[in-house]
Amino acid sequence: MEFLRPSTLVEALEARSAHPDGVPIMGGTDVMVELNFDKRRPSALIDLTRVPELTEWGVDGDRTRLGAGVPYTRIIEHLSGRAPALAKASRSVASPQIRNRGTVGGNLGGASPAGEAHPPLLATDAEIELASVRGTRRVRARDFYLSFRTTALRPDELITAVLLPEAAGPQQFAKIGTRNAMVIAVTSFSLALDSERRAVGTGIGSAGPTPLRSEAAEEFLEGEFDWEDGRPLSEAVVRRFGELVASASRPIDDQRGTAEYRRHALSVMARRALSWSVTDYRKGSARCA
Amino acid sequence: MRVNLNVNGEDVTADNVWPGESLLYVLRERLGLPGSKNACEQGECGSCTVYFDGVTACSCMIAAGQAEGREVRTVEGLAEGTGKGGDRTLGVVQEAFVEAGAVQCGFCTPGLLVQTDDLLERTVGAPGDAEIREALAGNLCRCTGYEKIIDAVHLAAGRRAEEAGSGS
Repeated sequence: MEFLRPSTLVEALEARSAHPDGVPIMGGTDVMVELNFDKRRPSALIDLTRVPELTEWGVDGDRTRLGAGVPYTRIIEHLSGRAPALAKASRSVASPQIRNRGTVGGNLGGASPAGEAHPPLLATDAEIELASVRGTRRVRARDFYLSFRTTALRPDELITAVLLPEAAGPQQFAKIGTRNAMVIAVTSFSLALDSERRAVGTGIGSAGPTPLRSEAAEEFLEGEFDWEDGRPLSEAVVRRFGELVASASRPIDDQRGTAEYRRHALSVMARRALSWSVTDYRKGSARCA
Repeated sequence: MRVNLNVNGEDVTADNVWPGESLLYVLRERLGLPGSKNACEQGECGSCTVYFDGVTACSCMIAAGQAEGREVRTVEGLAEGTGKGGDRTLGVVQEAFVEAGAVQCGFCTPGLLVQTDDLLERTVGAPGDAEIREALAGNLCRCTGYEKIIDAVHLAAGRRAEEAGSGS
């Protein structure tokens, strides 16, 4: 096994291109588990921790460009205002030690449907930046997840960043698990209300082969929500929203929960996230008035 | 391969490192620092927690090569005083764990000591129970001695505040 230590993005892309069966490693919180348990013996490890372009965040026009290798702890510290849903999801990742190392790029590269970052990226219509020696392209999160643990990432590409639209309304994240820390989600949900585009975004985690959206729930709420004043929604509308979210999921029974429980939990989380968001929205409009 | 790093203030070199091995393995098996414990090897238990460039991390999930040129501080580096062994004394957090009875079988203790040290370094004033539980959420104690561990953190926080207050 080779250990490659690129120090610039160009070197990293060249290393990736030369070693398509190598494994990029950043925080190591997934990759090292596979190595420690003899589940994987790649020809090369490509250590990306010394590539500055991957470990920084900054402003890109009206969006935040988050380097794929920025650990969750720094997202929580710096992006709670700019990307509230992703920051909330980051807070729920594993433990402090893991949050100090784990990254959104790793979540996307591993593409477990339970990854915390996916629902917020879907709900906020984030884009994922993929680069190779052939060039750089951006893929919307909603087009990134193709099938179980398979994504739009090509073998010679690295995930370099995510582009997060500036939050223009309340964003929420909710997750169900057996305890507060060190939990792989039984299921998770993210909701974003965009007051400028009058758009609703949803993201569902750990309830299907890939992270999912509920387009039906989004369209339904866009029509029902009072975008002017954020008046409270009727119980029937809130319940219907929860049902639509749950019906978009494609869960299975596994060791963490049954499909039936996941659908139930999703409808509850969707209702709660909506109620929190409407309250936040009203506070937000009150401030503007 | 060869890995050069700084451990507890000292520049050290590890040779014949397999590229897929962890920093934990390098510390324990190649550098003779068995304080960091090897339990789960998947980030679940926190027993191998070290400072890595000033930030706490599970050393079982850091590839050896990622430690090249980096600074590592292990539980061995928490003892105060100079040099190897000799006149070193236990740090405030270590003393507090001993006094509070927070050490049972002792296997989780090194990780808890490092993570507690970090909590107290980062906290202004005394951390509350909720803050302590959150900071230590990634450290498992299979003896389930959590109450004494939390007592120890309170004790250490109080001692540090006294030391800071007395200006020493």
